[in-house]
Amino acid sequence: MQSEWITDRRDAFCGRLVAVDGKKLKPSVGSHFLVGPLISKCTYRPACTERSVSSQKSIIINWIDSSPKLLICTSFSTSLISVEVSNLEREIERQRVGKMVVTTTIADSGENLCCTFASRYVRTSLPRFKMPESSIPKDAAYQIINDELMLDGNPRLNLASFVSTWMEPECDKLIMSSINKNYVDMDEYPVTTELQNRCVNMIANLFHAPVGDGETAVGVSTVGSSEAIMLAGLAFKRKWQNKRKAEGKPYDKPNIVTGANVQVCWEKFARYFEVELKEVKLKEGYYVMDPVKAVEMVDENTICVAAILGSTLTGEFEDVKLLNELLTKKNKETGGDTPIHVDAASGGFIAPFLYPELDWDFRLPLVKSINVSGHKYGLVYPGIGWVVWRTKDDLPEELIFHINYLGADQPTFTLNFSKGASQIIAQYYQLIRLGFEGYKRVMVNCMENAKALKEGLEKTGRFDIVSKDVGVPLVAFSHKDSSNYSVFDISENLRRFGWIVPAYTMPADAERIAVLRVVIREDFSRSLAERLISDVEKVLKDLDALPARVSGKVAHVTATVEETVNAEIGGNAVVKKDVKAIEEEITSHWKRFVDRKKMNGVC
Amino acid sequence: MVLSKTVSESDVSIHSTFASRYVRTSLPRYKMPENSTPKEAAYQIINDELMLDGNPRLNLASFVTTWMEPECDKLMMAAINKNYVDMDEYPVTTELQNRCVNMIAHLFNAPLGDTEAAVGVGTVGSSEAIMLAGLAFKRKWQNKRKAEGKPYDNPNIVTGANVQVCWEKFARYFEVELKEVKLREGYYVMDPDKAVEMVDENTICVAAILGSTLNGEFEDVKRLNDLLVEKNKQTGWDTPIHVDAASGGFIAPFLYPELEWDFRLPLVKSINVSGHKYGLVYAGIGWIIWRSKEDLPEELIFHINYLGTDQPTFTLNFSKGSSQVIAQYYQLIRLGYEGYQNVMENCRENMIVLREGLERSGKFNIVSKDNGVPLVAFSLKDNRKHNEFRVSDMLRRFGWIVPAYTMPADAQHVTVLRVVIREDFSRTLAERLVLDIDKVLHELDTLPAKLVVESHEVKKGCDGCVVVKKKTALETQREITTAWMKLVMEKKKINGVC
Repeated sequence: MQSEWITDRRDAFCGRLVAVDGKKLKPSVGSHFLVGPLISKCTYRPACTERSVSSQKSIIINWIDSSPKLLICTSFSTSLISVEVSNLEREIERQRVGKMVVTTTIADSGENLCCTFASRYVRTSLPRFKMPESSIPKDAAYQIINDELMLDGNPRLNLASFVSTWMEPECDKLIMSSINKNYVDMDEYPVTTELQNRCVNMIANLFHAPVGDGETAVGVSTVGSSEAIMLAGLAFKRKWQNKRKAEGKPYDKPNIVTGANVQVCWEKFARYFEVELKEVKLKEGYYVMDPVKAVEMVDENTICVAAILGSTLTGEFEDVKLLNELLTKKNKETGGDTPIHVDAASGGFIAPFLYPELDWDFRLPLVKSINVSGHKYGLVYPGIGWVVWRTKDDLPEELIFHINYLGADQPTFTLNFSKGASQIIAQYYQLIRLGFEGYKRVMVNCMENAKALKEGLEKTGRFDIVSKDVGVPLVAFSHKDSSNYSVFDISENLRRFGWIVPAYTMPADAERIAVLRVVIREDFSRSLAERLISDVEKVLKDLDALPARVSGKVAHVTATVEETVNAEIGGNAVVKKDVKAIEEEITSHWKRFVDRKKMNGVC
Repeated sequence: MVLSKTVSESDVSIHSTFASRYVRTSLPRYKMPENSTPKEAAYQIINDELMLDGNPRLNLASFVTTWMEPECDKLMMAAINKNYVDMDEYPVTTELQNRCVNMIAHLFNAPLGDTEAAVGVGTVGSSEAIMLAGLAFKRKWQNKRKAEGKPYDNPNIVTGANVQVCWEKFARYFEVELKEVKLREGYYVMDPDKAVEMVDENTICVAAILGSTLNGEFEDVKRLNDLLVEKNKQTGWDTPIHVDAASGGFIAPFLYPELEWDFRLPLVKSINVSGHKYGLVYAGIGWIIWRSKEDLPEELIFHINYLGTDQPTFTLNFSKGSSQVIAQYYQLIRLGYEGYQNVMENCRENMIVLREGLERSGKFNIVSKDNGVPLVAFSLKDNRKHNEFRVSDMLRRFGWIVPAYTMPADAQHVTVLRVVIREDFSRTLAERLVLDIDKVLHELDTLPAKLVVESHEVKKGCDGCVVVKKKTALETQREITTAWMKLVMEKKKINGVC
């Protein structure tokens, strides 16, 4: 049974679907609703409360009777078109038939003849909880999954993330041809291992590790900076434990000092490896770790101080040099030797090229390890990070597992074992393809585009720029006047144009500030930057005009509701609120959700 | 010198890659090059160097999938720039992951309703999965001990000595003592009786392996469960079981559906499985499933909120590609139960062909069992003249990568060769391998004679010209070989097996 549901653009954006021929629509209990390009799957049930289901973009609306209801979708796409209703009972019947072997065989023989969209596979809903009993043709499987994935955001337009979304086609070819290589099979793929070691050497040299010419550096490739940070933290913890054990002192209360602006993986490390996380609070206008405060927090149980080169929030570089000086002084006073780790996940491939004179790396004596994400400004697809240690002594031998291949010893230190080798090869490709010169040009381009975007946003006169000029190329900006609508509204509205621009509140002690953040990656060209500015302007204009437009619409919609309510002879008691009230409720509900979002997911 | 650079750049675009100067210079190994290289040249140089890597398809050492359908390759390439953790931006990908978790949980008979979401997560591989599972056990045990006011600083874990290296890693990194049940000759898996004996109040869990890395055998989880239930009843503890089904998790439900090893046994609280082994996906995907929410301490879960839905996450890694998750979903719905069953049956058939072929040669003892993961582990009956390492090495000349390794402690005098039968190892290849092994054996038999002849020749040719060379070529060669063999024998063991 097919019924036409329509939605007008703005209603859809607010998360509403209105049934037009609602009077006739009588879905039976348990019917599935597939909502056009949004793929929300809503199930109607005969109860009277709203409940969200595990599929993210839908809320179950309960169908109390057969009267038309508002279908609420917490989604921001504007192109909701229609709803297809398929009867659950019929589907169960179909599945039962499918189990009979004879039927399946017959259907299969016919499959080869008809095109994918003419086959029965696009008609049945995909199993979500159990593996299907029988196989389906590969083209159908491809098409179904591919089509469902169309509803994911476009990675290239995802301005939320530092993670690379574009590489040269030549590199794509290399990646695809090595996708079935297992990185840990060092015996079988010695060249891949060698390429990894070369990458480590190059990165260590870039960070001024004190290794001689022709000497190999100490480091390892990881899945990402999270693994890198855990490995680095583990090394610090073990070193500290060994020292304390040797001194005969207790070693059960390690802690680590960081700014409150750290990425969630530090918190993870602390919780999983039983280390206390001491966070230096932020204050308004100063969104990075204060080295003075950090050093004050250091005590005998501190395994290391973690500084961030390129804060996730504003892209600012923390003052590692000052931290090093203060800590050196404190170490001298107390006789300790608290080291520094630099989390250069995003800044590690920026600073050496744009600010070569900035001292933040192994040139500072207390910096013992540095991690960097190859998949951020290392310009490789997600799945690669690096951690480099100053010397062999900074990595306790007991953590290293030795795997021997072809008579040569390959020490390994990872949390993961089997993984693809593609990303390592891609990183090597980028390093030799671009060279110092190429990376520098890419970073200069990013910086220029960031500047263009910043100036464009300043010109609107509506935003305060929170990010600094020196740092990772990103623009973080807050709305000057958020009384009518907040940055979250702007963020959601930008989705209509395809842009994914996250909004989030700052961490504790600065949580009043909510900012929008645009990360400038190499593939974000000047023309896209200009386009974004004009779209932001459009959104602002739209939002300014919104209250007036809403009331206009409400009148119209209310009429519809009244009609239907009349048709149902008084309707039912639950629908007491008018459309505006419902809308307000939904919006505030939704905003609350978003506000809770904070920066957990920022990467 | 902007000028000269510009000139050289124009050169590059005209010449073919192999006519350019880039194939003439050696690639930097320690420092990033100063200048850029044209992409064609960079591609060609790296591609050509990688030719020297082994061919993954001929790598019989590894369980890890090396072939997928081209349609799936397409899906993977399209998703390679999607970051799995950006759940907000890529909700469909997240949804596909959740569906995979549900399907796998159902496959393992998790006690769930028909539309109840399972508790589990996609990982980079079984190593991450095992660390997450171990962490959950450790935290649960700690919480329990804390509540009882007992010390909680000496946790241990009981496993067989045949476990994969990642258990050792988990133990070392998360400060848990690893208690290994020793193996003995002819019995290469964990003995449930001995394992249960080793359990004490500090044991966070007993880890059983479904598909031992060494010979593919399934451990008797049911017996372990029964014994442990009894012991728990006697002592009042509640030591749980984890099943490391990295390689067997996608075998047992299809080939031995009646075998009880999964959540049907009440003490099994979590199971990990490698999607990139018999889950039939390229390297980089594993799964960990918990029996219920209670088995996963809430404090380990980080909540990320997106679009009004709460997405709990529990991972050691953060950003990573989402291709593998999508590929796993592709395989699950493409193949279905029927398809997986057919693949596994094919693997077993080919395993039997290979085993029979090897038996026919009369030179090998088969160490692996017929029931279990489809692999053939075999050792030479007579390894005095030449041993398994030699055979492994000779096979490389034909392109085959067949690892040889010694068994762990208490059975370490046994060396085996192992061939893993993956779906892409067809009957033809199996027959070819038997032929090539025969050839190798034949060659090895004649080798000493051949060597003597060679050394004679060398002597003749070099008489008088090389004074330093005092040993005969044969002696030198023998010396080198023994030195090298010793090295490999000592170190290789099973560390690198995956």
